[in-house]
Amino acid sequence: MAAKSIISRPVYGTLSPQPGKHHLFIADAEGALAISDMAAGAPAGFFDGAEIVFIPGPDGKHVDALEALKPGQFHQAPSFASVLPRLKQTLSNAHMGLRLYLAGTEGLIGQAMQVALEAGIDHTSMQTEHRGSLARRMQCVHCKGITENVTTQPATCSHCGLLLLVRDHYSRRLAAFQGVCINAEDRSEIPPMEEAFP
Amino acid sequence: MSTGTTKLDVVVSDVVPVNELVTRFHFRRRDGQMLPTFSGGAHVVVEMRDGDRTRLNPYSLMGSPLDTREYTISVRRDDVGRGGSLFMHRSVKPGLEMVISYPVNLFSLDLRARKHLMLAGGIGITPFMAQTAQLAGEGGNFELHYTCRTASLGTYADVLRERYDRRIRLYHDDRDERIDLDRLLSTQPLGTHLYVCGPAGMINWARDRAASLGWPSEAVHFEHFAAPQPGLPFDVTLAVSGKTIRVGEQQSLLEAIEAAGVDPPYLCRGGVCGQCETNVISYDGKFIHNDHWLSEEDHRSGCKIMPCVSRFEGRSLVLER
Ligand code: FES
Repeated sequence: MAAKSIISRPVYGTLSPQPGKHHLFIADAEGALAISDMAAGAPAGFFDGAEIVFIPGPDGKHVDALEALKPGQFHQAPSFASVLPRLKQTLSNAHMGLRLYLAGTEGLIGQAMQVALEAGIDHTSMQTEHRGSLARRMQCVHCKGITENVTTQPATCSHCGLLLLVRDHYSRRLAAFQGVCINAEDRSEIPPMEEAFP
Repeated sequence: MSTGTTKLDVVVSDVVPVNELVTRFHFRRRDGQMLPTFSGGAHVVVEMRDGDRTRLNPYSLMGSPLDTREYTISVRRDDVGRGGSLFMHRSVKPGLEMVISYPVNLFSLDLRARKHLMLAGGIGITPFMAQTAQLAGEGGNFELHYTCRTASLGTYADVLRERYDRRIRLYHDDRDERIDLDRLLSTQPLGTHLYVCGPAGMINWARDRAASLGWPSEAVHFEHFAAPQPGLPFDVTLAVSGKTIRVGEQQSLLEAIEAAGVDPPYLCRGGVCGQCETNVISYDGKFIHNDHWLSEEDHRSGCKIMPCVSRFEGRSLVLER
């Protein structure tokens, strides 16, 4: 689980079944395991009216485990971008009583949270659980470009090419961590690049 | 003077009977200045000098927050209560000089909400008078459901209907009209916040239904003005000042402490804000906790008490201050 360092750094919990009329799960990769673990303690019939949206990732694992929960609806998608229109649609038609559960990588949780916040759900009332890779979604503070799946420290901005220090400073609005130029004084200074967010 | 309750010198500028139980009071500042700004849902604590007895009762401000030339409150007469409302009805006349606290808001609107769903019961309508005025001024999205015993006791129902038309729904007990709460709660768009003010039973019902229908507690706001409950007299010792005082049958612990010349902090005087929390040094007897602030664990531990609403039965009680 990601460690808490500074205040804007999100902290995640453990999914638990909430009272509610509709349950919407959004998960990627190993986030599926958080859902299965939660299912073990959920009341009978909990998943009957639940909707699970799952982005399995390249290895395509865990789909069977989620299908086995027999959710009311199950959707599989190749990327978060591809589920976005559907998610927006679902939330704009939703009523109070819908509960949201987000599980998996920080990038997935952050982006789904961003959409849910826009739809009027308070971030404290969403269930989140971080599973799998620690890879970060990073915004370059210089060119504002977003680089997905950053695992190294420092990291190269995929837009402007600057070498960035990936800070813990997180923006809920952008669902991204801030990356700040690490060698602004002297570009020839290249600190060693380490795998920091495996 | 208590923490957070700076006082205002006011004069009663008008007293208006509203119906057989409710009277409205208008206050202006004695120095002619504007009153402090407030937000919808705020209350003031009114000091009532009744002979050698001082009563302090909280009342919601019901005027528009956009107009601070005067403050208005509405008081429902309670013939079997502890006498505060009777004092207001019988003894407060235009021209009387009074002292009230600065406004405090323990029931504010969450302005991030997409929609504000309000439930009022009886005199619980007063904070919504100010909140709806505030929201209407800002073009806010709200809907108010108001239950009252009879049409003639539907305090300000006509005013509200005239101002906001179909955004106001009325329910009369004598016509057996009931809020279909489950349906109402289940059909609200995402991002709706619920506000409830009325009798304890109504608040509990609404909170309970909202929770079981999946409303997050952050989206549920409520205000309950609990009057301190009477009980057997008891003695209390205040460790810091070394005073031992008697709490009368009709008096709250907080009122007895104030009468003894100590100035403890308070905001709501209704057991919800946490401001008056006091440590218990020792006791021999049993607590009658009436507050909504302390956890059940705190109640069991016997280490803390909320003097504004809680009582004690037993041989000795020593509080920190
Ligand atoms: S004054 Fe608010 S809890 Fe006692």
